[in-house]
Amino acid sequence: MQEFLQQTIVANFNYWIYVTLMMIGLYAMISKNNLIKKLIGMSIFQTAIILFYVSLSVKGTTDEVSIPIIHHHQEEAEHADHGGEKKGAAAAHHEPHAIDPTKYANPLPHVLMLTAIVVGVAILGVALAVSQLLYKDYGTLEESEILAAIKELPSDHG
Amino acid sequence: MAEHLPVIVLLVPLFAALINALAGSADERVGFPLTVAALTASLASAVVLLLHVVAEGPISYFLGGWDQISGIGIELRIDTLNGLVLVTVAAVGLLTAIYSCQRVPEDTPGRVANFYTLYLLLCTGLMGMTVTADAFNLFVLIEIASLTSYGLIAMGSSKRGTYAAFNYIIMGTIGASFYLLGVGYLYIATGTLDMSDIHATIITEGLSDSPSILVAFVLITIGVWIKMAFFPLYGWLPNAYTFAPSTTSAILAPLMTKVSIYVMIRIMLTVFGSEYVFEQLGWSRLIVALATIAIVAGSVLALAQKKLKKMLCYLIVAEVGYMVGGVWLADHNGLVGSVYHIISDAFMTLCLFLAAGIFFRRLGSHYIDELGGMFSKMPVTMAAFAVGALAMIGIPPTCGFFSKWYLIQGGIASGHWEYVVALLFSSLVNAVLFFRIFEVALFGSKPAEGHGHSDDHGNDHAEPVKIDEARPATLIPLVATAAIIILLGVFNGKIIDIIQLTIPAGSIEIPAGTMSGHAAPK
Repeated sequence: MQEFLQQTIVANFNYWIYVTLMMIGLYAMISKNNLIKKLIGMSIFQTAIILFYVSLSVKGTTDEVSIPIIHHHQEEAEHADHGGEKKGAAAAHHEPHAIDPTKYANPLPHVLMLTAIVVGVAILGVALAVSQLLYKDYGTLEESEILAAIKELPSDHG
Repeated sequence: MAEHLPVIVLLVPLFAALINALAGSADERVGFPLTVAALTASLASAVVLLLHVVAEGPISYFLGGWDQISGIGIELRIDTLNGLVLVTVAAVGLLTAIYSCQRVPEDTPGRVANFYTLYLLLCTGLMGMTVTADAFNLFVLIEIASLTSYGLIAMGSSKRGTYAAFNYIIMGTIGASFYLLGVGYLYIATGTLDMSDIHATIITEGLSDSPSILVAFVLITIGVWIKMAFFPLYGWLPNAYTFAPSTTSAILAPLMTKVSIYVMIRIMLTVFGSEYVFEQLGWSRLIVALATIAIVAGSVLALAQKKLKKMLCYLIVAEVGYMVGGVWLADHNGLVGSVYHIISDAFMTLCLFLAAGIFFRRLGSHYIDELGGMFSKMPVTMAAFAVGALAMIGIPPTCGFFSKWYLIQGGIASGHWEYVVALLFSSLVNAVLFFRIFEVALFGSKPAEGHGHSDDHGNDHAEPVKIDEARPATLIPLVATAAIIILLGVFNGKIIDIIQLTIPAGSIEIPAGTMSGHAAPK
């Protein structure tokens, strides 16, 4: 039993957390009546995915693995390396200060998530603007009341 | 200059959008000429690219020249498959832009500059989705296209449209997030984001049994299905497109779903590979059955509609079923038919939505019953509508006939008879639907001219509205679209040849040689 817990839950706890958060968000998006609560759910949903990506970049748990910032005394090695892990590894043979990719967390998922965060903020902005419009049109943010109001609209009205 | 065309196609509308956002606040009249000029440039580059690709094979373009180190640069890749889709997107964008000249100031008064900025960004996003060869880049471009379409739909003054836009935001975000999650699993398994690198890694590392790949495939497929409104996930589409301003629905309805289907084909064939998708998973039966339900359900729901635009929206749901089913038949003809149908359906839908927009403008009503006597009052518009309708039914020599022909051949060859029957059933339903409209338009009682109709803005026209032919600015794109529908049908052999340059005859895959893939760094 303990082994099972170790392997499926403790070793993969990042996945469990992201799935749980994602389901909370999805539930809120689908079943909440209030539009703002739906949007809160949407934010949780997107954040869960960001968390998932960020947790991908972790390499091991030892203190040797650090954030991917390279110090300046390694400048020569950097010059040979225009941003590629592959070349960095190749340079390791003749450069004493070469970069060892296993010592740094993978920066790529972080970079991707910067983009995804921006996209998420933009969507939230548009969604809030649309809910403001809805409030102007219907005077409420409760979905059930909006649906009732739509039924009252004259049928030919666009 | 010429070797930079793949990125010029995208950059011209992108920068035009920026210029328009700045200049538009001073004078909103710059929007229309700027949009038309930018999209003309895009269309010209797209055509040159297509000709180049047909003559010399696929082009790879690395943004910023990051091609020395494999697997690092963001790649744009064009072969004949997405070359055709790119030309279609640019052409539909340009035609709708011309159509928008008169409509936009009427539909969205005071926000013309904003409209054109969003419109140009939407075109950039859609063309980007078509040319990109990077899985994460594709996510960003999907979101650019979706975000702008949320804005465009909500911009209309229709109260129902605003609520539909909100629903679309929720559904669209779920779809895009699923896609993003799927890309994450692909990255875990393969360590790369370049589409052909992912494929190469799956093959060389023997990852096709990996659960990560399976999860990635399921998540990406569901995400893309939501974006294209495939059958169980279509709920957001009809209201969003019906109540959007007519220029918006004229560009979104032909392009958004079609480009998503192209994305699905690209993901299936280039990223996962046909042997994984068709042979290892073996889900063809299930998904063709779903597509069959989509076709039947879309057609039946269309039959129940009284509003013209809403009826067309349900037909889109059925058409999406055609194309998804055609791809999953795992048959060469079905696949070629699907690609051909992407192109022909884009123009058919454009034609019908442009005409529907003109009718709505003239009549102030969405209802089919109000179309009485339109053949005599607006002969050119109605004739173009008729061409679109005949193509939708599938009558030669329109392109709709030939694409359906290939789809049906594919269905027969692969033994998916339920799909063939559904296709024929849907064609019959389309015939009933459109001949009903023709009947009303030919013999229906003519609405009393001049009585004030409530229009989209909710204010009544006090002065009498004379119903006559639409203005040239709206007629030219409509007639051009009708002509393209017929030309695409007449020259169907050429188009099939171009598609077969990428998907060789008898095969259901894009061979590795066609795509200039390089070995993945692990």
